[in-house]
Amino acid sequence: MKIKITTKELKSDFAKEVEERSGIDVKKCYQCGKCTAGCPVAYEMDYMPNQIIRFVQIGAKREALTSRTIWLCASCITCTTRCPKEVKIAELMDVLREMSLEEGLANPLEKNITTFHQSFLNSVKKHGRISELWMLNEYKMKRPKTALQDLIVGPQMLSKGKLSFLPHDIKGKDAVKRIFEKCK
Amino acid sequence: MRIGYYPGCAITMGSSSEEYGTSVLRVAEAIGPELEEIHDWNCCGASSAHATNHKLSTALSVRNISLAEKYGFKEILAPCPMCSQRLIISQKDIADDEKLKKDVEDAIEMPCNGNVKILNYLELIKNYCMDEIAKKKKKAPRDLKIASYYGCLLVRPPKVLKFDDPENPKSMDEIIEAIGAIPVDWEFKTNCCGGGFTLSRTDVVLKLTNDILECAVDAGADAIAVACPMCHANLDMRQKKIEKEYNRKFDIPIVYISELIGLALDLGPISLGLNKHFVDTESVVNAFA
Ligand code: SF4
Ligand code: SF4
Repeated sequence: MKIKITTKELKSDFAKEVEERSGIDVKKCYQCGKCTAGCPVAYEMDYMPNQIIRFVQIGAKREALTSRTIWLCASCITCTTRCPKEVKIAELMDVLREMSLEEGLANPLEKNITTFHQSFLNSVKKHGRISELWMLNEYKMKRPKTALQDLIVGPQMLSKGKLSFLPHDIKGKDAVKRIFEKCK
Repeated sequence: MRIGYYPGCAITMGSSSEEYGTSVLRVAEAIGPELEEIHDWNCCGASSAHATNHKLSTALSVRNISLAEKYGFKEILAPCPMCSQRLIISQKDIADDEKLKKDVEDAIEMPCNGNVKILNYLELIKNYCMDEIAKKKKKAPRDLKIASYYGCLLVRPPKVLKFDDPENPKSMDEIIEAIGAIPVDWEFKTNCCGGGFTLSRTDVVLKLTNDILECAVDAGADAIAVACPMCHANLDMRQKKIEKEYNRKFDIPIVYISELIGLALDLGPISLGLNKHFVDTESVVNAFA
């Protein structure tokens, strides 16, 4: 694997910034690879979980924040559970995703995943709870290519009474909206 | 004993996993403890919130804990492990971080003392229902072998959740034994099913769930027991598609542990929602005849 890292990146405060935001000491990682060995999604990732940690250690910000890996991470927390150095890798992935979005660096190849998160949160913001049909609808409008696969499951869900047509509005939906405003 | 009930979005009526909520409530009516829904609860934000905005994720979860405190609950049940995990982590995060706690309280416009005990469903059963199950069970299944599938969220991260063994948990197996079924020994108890990628990366979910189904069937299981709506959706609703993609017929019912307890208590399969599954559950129901 070849990656290009500039001196500027190497001298950057990326590692420090990540450590401050996450409270995770990435220096503790000694690259044993146990996190990667147990990761169920490693086979689809562009960089292995331990490589992501390495990127953070050496300040390779762009590589970490534009990786597909951070989005493909399923948050199963197997890595954190097994790491001999108690590095909270899964939790670190959360922080990297957040930074990636803030900097507009999210990998477009995993747009399905970021769009799903957006549609999900929009439904919560609007109603206070998830309305599956409405969320599905918004997601499908934004990612029409995914529509076909779910035609198989959707109608059967409807026939079993499992997709409600009514959004579940809660009384405190304005309070929830304010939570979103204050947590931007 | 009055316990606050936080159903979460996935298991309320008209949602994809309503049979989980239905069966949890039916069992509680039969053997307790008394569950009382937390008024006006909101979505915990699930993975979409914690994957993209930590403060938002914490605030959405903590609002529910604050409501529970306001209504005087000391303990709450969150049967969906995504919810219970998010609530427990958020309560710990604000306990560890003064500034986050202040920001969150400001966002939810309520104080939070953070001293509510959040129970997952297995914990509730183990803590409150084992004696009652022994006393009130009416039907024992005949030779029913069950693979208990815990998934990720009930046991990880172990340092925060402090529930069972993260690599080889036993609590669900013990409940299965208590109702007279046979827990099978298998390897994939806590492997990930792909969870929330079911719409965005269906291919990943299909691969991971295929591995889980294969392992359970090869271990001789007649059914897989779950306590998570995402695990259930991925293994049950997607099973036909998995079979097609990987060219192997499984036809294995995926049942909620609450449904199994309900069958042992003779609560009736329809009232438990066993007719809501995609993979037919008749073989499991018949085992209790
Ligand atoms: S398991 Fe821990 S120490 Fe080993 S490579 Fe992964 S993060 Fe580093
Ligand atoms: S939390 Fe993410 S990186 Fe860690 S093992 Fe699970 S999928 Fe892999």
